Amino acid sequence: MLDKFFKGAATAAAFSLATALPAGAVDLQFYFPVAVGGGAANTIEALSNAYMEANPDVKIDPVYSGSYQDTITKVITAARGGNAPQLAVALSVDMFTLLDDDLILPFDDFLETDADMAWVNGFYPAFMENSQVDGKTYGIPFQRSTPVLYWNKEAFKEAGLDPETPPATWDEMVEMGKALTKTDASGNTTQWGVRIPTSGFPYWLFQGLVIENGGTLANAEGTETYFDSAPVIEAAQYLVDLSTKHKVMEPGILDWGATPKDFFEGRSAMVWTTTGNLTNMRNNAPFDFGVAMLPANMQRGAPTGGGNFYLFKGTSDEQLAAAVDFIKWITAPEQAAKWTMATGYVAPRPATWETQTMKDYAAGFPQVLTARDQLEHAKAELSTHENQRVTQILNDALAAAITGQKPVETALKEAQAKADAVLKAYR
Amino acid sequence: MSRYDRYLFSTGAGLLALIWVLPLLYAVWTAFHPSAYEANFTLSAPLTFENFAKAWNAAPFARYFFNTFVLVTVITGAQFVLCTLAAYGFARFRFPGRDILFGLVLLQLLVMPDVLIVENYRIIHALGLVDTLAAIALPYVASGFGVFLIRQTFMTVPAELDDAARIEGAGPLSILWRVYVPLAKPTYLAYGLVSISHHWNNFLWPLIVTNSTETRPVTVGLSVFATTDSGVEWSVINAATLMTSAPLLLAFLLFQRQFVQSFMRAGIK
Amino acid sequence: MKRREWVWGWALILPALTFIFLFTHFPAVMTVINSFWSTPRGRRPARFVGLENYERLINDPTFWKVLTNNLWYALGTIPLSIGLALLMAVFVNRPFRGRALARMSFFTPTVLPLIAVANIWLFFYTPGFGLIDQILGVFGVGATNLLGQGGTALPAIMAVAIWKEAGFFMIFYLAALQAIPPQLSEAARIEGAGRWTIFRRITFPLLMPTTLFVSINAVINAFRLVDHIFILTGGGPDNASSLLLFYIYETSFRYWDTSFGATLTVVLLGLLCLLAIGQFFLFDRKVHYK
Repeated sequence: MLDKFFKGAATAAAFSLATALPAGAVDLQFYFPVAVGGGAANTIEALSNAYMEANPDVKIDPVYSGSYQDTITKVITAARGGNAPQLAVALSVDMFTLLDDDLILPFDDFLETDADMAWVNGFYPAFMENSQVDGKTYGIPFQRSTPVLYWNKEAFKEAGLDPETPPATWDEMVEMGKALTKTDASGNTTQWGVRIPTSGFPYWLFQGLVIENGGTLANAEGTETYFDSAPVIEAAQYLVDLSTKHKVMEPGILDWGATPKDFFEGRSAMVWTTTGNLTNMRNNAPFDFGVAMLPANMQRGAPTGGGNFYLFKGTSDEQLAAAVDFIKWITAPEQAAKWTMATGYVAPRPATWETQTMKDYAAGFPQVLTARDQLEHAKAELSTHENQRVTQILNDALAAAITGQKPVETALKEAQAKADAVLKAYR
Repeated sequence: MSRYDRYLFSTGAGLLALIWVLPLLYAVWTAFHPSAYEANFTLSAPLTFENFAKAWNAAPFARYFFNTFVLVTVITGAQFVLCTLAAYGFARFRFPGRDILFGLVLLQLLVMPDVLIVENYRIIHALGLVDTLAAIALPYVASGFGVFLIRQTFMTVPAELDDAARIEGAGPLSILWRVYVPLAKPTYLAYGLVSISHHWNNFLWPLIVTNSTETRPVTVGLSVFATTDSGVEWSVINAATLMTSAPLLLAFLLFQRQFVQSFMRAGIK
Repeated sequence: MKRREWVWGWALILPALTFIFLFTHFPAVMTVINSFWSTPRGRRPARFVGLENYERLINDPTFWKVLTNNLWYALGTIPLSIGLALLMAVFVNRPFRGRALARMSFFTPTVLPLIAVANIWLFFYTPGFGLIDQILGVFGVGATNLLGQGGTALPAIMAVAIWKEAGFFMIFYLAALQAIPPQLSEAARIEGAGRWTIFRRITFPLLMPTTLFVSINAVINAFRLVDHIFILTGGGPDNASSLLLFYIYETSFRYWDTSFGATLTVVLLGLLCLLAIGQFFLFDRKVHYK
């Protein structure tokens, strides 16, 4: 067990050990992000084990690597340290970053037969937008999500609203929000109409607003951002107005992680968060709740999100073949169905929804279908070169606008200038 | 002290103590109750151990504990040996460059490896040690603070004891082992406890140099476990928090008195 | 004989010095050197850029914000944690019922990992159902969003650091207090000095070396400990609670801009040196060396 500790000195010993192993055994290290307490980690382990049982010559070592943020950091750190995993589930939006650092391989070399091509083309197009560039496929959608609106039916009833009708437009969300916002005798708000969490990565939910408003945050090549365009500024203004003008949302930065709890405690009657929370909501919400598509302004819209499978350089051909085979297997309908049921992530292939398992599940829990139906309105998540830095620029600008430190327009204009300075080198 | 003063005194102390222990009490509360009672403090809440089971099963904490244990043992052990030798050299030997070198050692009190993450990562990378326990330990195995502390203690050892041993024909290392080390026991205890708690709790550097379950110490394991993309479940996280700090907490509760006394005797004041 | 002593001396210090030089002095020097080079990316190697990184630094509003934050953070946490530590030590230095319990509760935060307790504090600060709001609610105060507002995020982070550190410093003061011979204050009392006078004129001056030691530690910690920021705010909103080391981490290990990270580290090193020198001079005249 101490081998890691003496790694440097023991290379020779390790080499002789490795040669002693049965020939043909393929080791795959596989990083994946995980959600607490949920079935995600266990499901990945169970699926990996099932695969290994069917393929005894392949050994898969799934490694938890924390949140998406941690995962991408860890993957890059490991790859730069010369011990990249063979495959990883990491944010789809980091494709450009991984490419710029020359760390990943396209899947195309392994797609020879027509069946292979059919497999790649069998994913939802919205998910593939973040996965392909220059005609090559670098990511295979797996742990994919999209934000949805969860609403508390009991709170709707109490406020005299129809518990079965969620808001369909921005205006409706404000109106319903006003009806749902309750204050106690001393003037303190005890229940807010809506909560759009803004901590950590506010750009993601904000992008939903932008798409709904007919705008775009960046071009498909990831070299140009449009942070100060009119639809983006309007969307940001709407987000800020929810707290300041309409007073239907709690002011300040709202924590992402505390959002489900806030919903369970009845402090927010509607919340925007990922479909990845669906199972958590189902298990812990003490009231009846509904899941709706995000409300529209000019159109419906939502960003996609979540993680893709990537293949890393420095992997032997043998390992690559095994890795691709594993990815094909785990994204196949039966396995993807198990994954979706355990986590709430959106099954990335329409075929999954045709399986009997999935049909039965959806019949008993129709909320699971909302995210799938929303996919036709979904657009690729914001993704640029030096993605971490560019999204952080937008995050900071949004935070400054939400906390009232800067007017919306100034904040976004500054952000655009900063993003331009970073992206200049890639044009 | 008048009675009024005494009353004021113990009320003040009690109030401050209550504020200070509140976070721990809260962690204990949530860890032993179902998650519905995270924000709901009713005495009739049912007790449960389920959170601990959930946390234990959700992440490889056994492995994390093992890593931390190996790490803390190796670091503290290496620090004892290296710092003792250096302290002895600085305290009892005269050689050119001694004062300058000691000054450079003291500089490490100020510029700890903790702030040199960028370059130290580069060095670890160059050594091919990224994602090993050695990578976490190496920057800390020699400590300027340790050298300073042990040297201070060695300076107070009477020269006669040293001379007596030398007349008996003992060499420098045997004098160090037989005369100096036994006399510095309180210093070792105090320093050892500080060092253990520091490295048990260290987070940023291990976060940077570890990538896998096999090398992650408990602190990084806990953060990986607690930062999620879905909601925070405090009951499970607090169970994990208690679990990860329990060994250290217990050790310190047991050694509390010795700890303070060894600080007094170690002359850190 | 003399030569032998030299050899022994060097041999004894060599192992420790090797490690200290390799992981402290060498990287410190390399930090300065690398701050004059660009960050290598993909297939583009590093090239000498002179003062370009420093120019960028001066024009980087985030850097100035983070630096100011860190200075406020130091100004807030250092005196408060030291003052509280002294108060705690005075409290538990005297027998009263529950003294052991009080000492324990002051000390336990020290033992808990900062990254772990940050989660507990995250709950305390949560608007509405968090503990602070539940307590304030009893007094009719509405929900607060301490971590989510620019003005309060940094103080909220500071409170956690103070809570964590004061107990550790208390131990040093306690050890020092117990070493002060009781005859000193006894004699002063006979001469008619009040308790406050005794504390101010006798106890406090005798504690000066401890105060120096503790305050150096506090200064270093103010620039070294950023673990809780990862959990509580991630530096937000809009960098309102970000500190220098946290920004160094983000720059170097999230954006992989290691040269700019090195440039930021140079500033941090300079600051630490400056503060340490200042402290030595400030305290030098007041410390009663034995």
